[in-house]
Amino acid sequence: MKRSVRKRGDSWIVWLLFALPALAVYTAFMAYPVINSLRLSFYSGSGYSLDKFVGFGNYVRLFTDSGISQRFWCAFGNTWVFFGITMLVQNTIGLLFALILTGKPLRAQGFYRTIIFIPVTLSVLVTGYVWKLILNPQWGALNIFLTKIGLSSLALPWLGDPRTALACIALVSAWQWAGMPTMMFIAGLERIPGDLFESAQIDGAGIWRIFARIKLPLIMPIVGIVSVLTFVGNFNAFDVVYAMEGANGPPNYSTDLMGTFFYRTGIAGQHPIGIPDMGLGAAVTTVTFFVLFAGILLANRLTGERSGDSGKSVASRGEGRA
Amino acid sequence: MAGSGKVRDRSKPFKYVILSVWTVLVLFPLWTMVVNSFKFKNDIYLDPFGLPIALNLGGYATVFKDSPFPRYFLNSFVVTVISLALILFFGSLAAYSCVRWKSRASKWIYLFFVAGLTVPIKIGSVNLLQIMIKLGLLDTTLSVVPVYVAMGLPLSVFTLYEFIRGLPMELTEAALIDGTGPFRIYRSIIVPLVKPALATVAIFNLVPIWNDLWFPLIFIRKDDQRTLILGVTRLFGEYQTDWSKILAVLSLSCVPVILLYLSMAKQFIAGLTAGAVKG
Repeated sequence: MKRSVRKRGDSWIVWLLFALPALAVYTAFMAYPVINSLRLSFYSGSGYSLDKFVGFGNYVRLFTDSGISQRFWCAFGNTWVFFGITMLVQNTIGLLFALILTGKPLRAQGFYRTIIFIPVTLSVLVTGYVWKLILNPQWGALNIFLTKIGLSSLALPWLGDPRTALACIALVSAWQWAGMPTMMFIAGLERIPGDLFESAQIDGAGIWRIFARIKLPLIMPIVGIVSVLTFVGNFNAFDVVYAMEGANGPPNYSTDLMGTFFYRTGIAGQHPIGIPDMGLGAAVTTVTFFVLFAGILLANRLTGERSGDSGKSVASRGEGRA
Repeated sequence: MAGSGKVRDRSKPFKYVILSVWTVLVLFPLWTMVVNSFKFKNDIYLDPFGLPIALNLGGYATVFKDSPFPRYFLNSFVVTVISLALILFFGSLAAYSCVRWKSRASKWIYLFFVAGLTVPIKIGSVNLLQIMIKLGLLDTTLSVVPVYVAMGLPLSVFTLYEFIRGLPMELTEAALIDGTGPFRIYRSIIVPLVKPALATVAIFNLVPIWNDLWFPLIFIRKDDQRTLILGVTRLFGEYQTDWSKILAVLSLSCVPVILLYLSMAKQFIAGLTAGAVKG
């Protein structure tokens, strides 16, 4: 009997066959293309084939060529602004909702949770279009509302002004994703044993002190995960700008992000030629890759170290989806 | 306790105010989208908030009659179903193998999958585009399927691995002793047991696949091959002024996921949060 277990259970060829389909698809369509795209950043060519080795040529052009580098640094800076606004607004809102929903029981809690999470399930493209309609300067709901309540001086072309366009898009993004940090913080807060608060309350600690001294330190690992997720999500953002402004990041490139810049250079081709410069595009994604890598390491350092086991998971689990 | 209870009570109205304001902020865009899709163009301009004065089903009629949108809808449906089926099948096979195959090779295979959690697949777009050209899949709906499967596998293998590892192994041991083949064990013992985990995996793959714009955008240009979300991008170019049609399409493209979400909100929230955290 023992022998038959061994024979069937340990025959490695069977287990290899089990893993093979997943392994093949994952290798061919993810692992290989990702690594190969990093390699292709050292190549140049015409159209879709990259056959000429150019060393760091693409990077030199990206960082120094006057036309290209101007657009690149602009998109790079915009992405950081976009990240800063979303990070602050979306995750503060998320933390606030989580604190409210894990505090003393409220009526219809389940209802609010369901509502808060709805936008997460929607397509970024669709929410982008709908908000674009709401922000329309002539007949958009926002400006009509502002005019009605006597604030017509605030009825501005929000998406047409380089000073406000990027912030508006970041806020729409925060609106869409706020449900995610909310639910993560709720999960974290619910795991804190209730007797910790009770003894703190007996000691006379107020809401604010309980938050700062007990809740916040205990959910630091989740703050780390949320930050990394926001970071990765924003450095890959494309859809929201594409929907609300278009692939060129108007007005005057004020909403151009790494994602839209990569799309124009590497995939669609610049106006008016329309031929993609895929080597340069690969260089853009490689830069993105290393920025993400550095950011994740940093977040891990800041929030992971002092919080032991759960903190370690920031590095291995927090990197988020494309 | 009594003192702090009072403090909390005072904050209660504020909590309701905050939650209600956000509820309005979330529902208002959806309301605008749906309600205006039933209005005539001039009524949208006159009153973008209220219920339709006169009901206009024209937007929806043009969507269903000679427009490519039913086709786009079908394409998206096919892509999502095939991708999910393959992710669940391949992912659970691989996860089961990684749990049961006691060898160094299986450890490395597992780590190889888990490494994929840290990398957004978009980084590989340049090479993926070349691969699709080489395979002759460019401009076909199905070109996105292998990419979605590859993209979904790391997290799915990870989740299913954790779940299968937690199963009581006596069940499969007994079957092994009876001489049952590994695939029979997988099919008749493992799959029924991991159903809850499969549901989670299905949810956190379903939403990003159905909603994805990027890969259809870079792979598919041919009209009849577009997915629904890619089709939506054409609205503004072609039907510049037909707002009721635009809004009808936008509403319809959300309907499947919203209905699914509302019918099982708890599982969606748990699944998508797990997907984001682990992914």
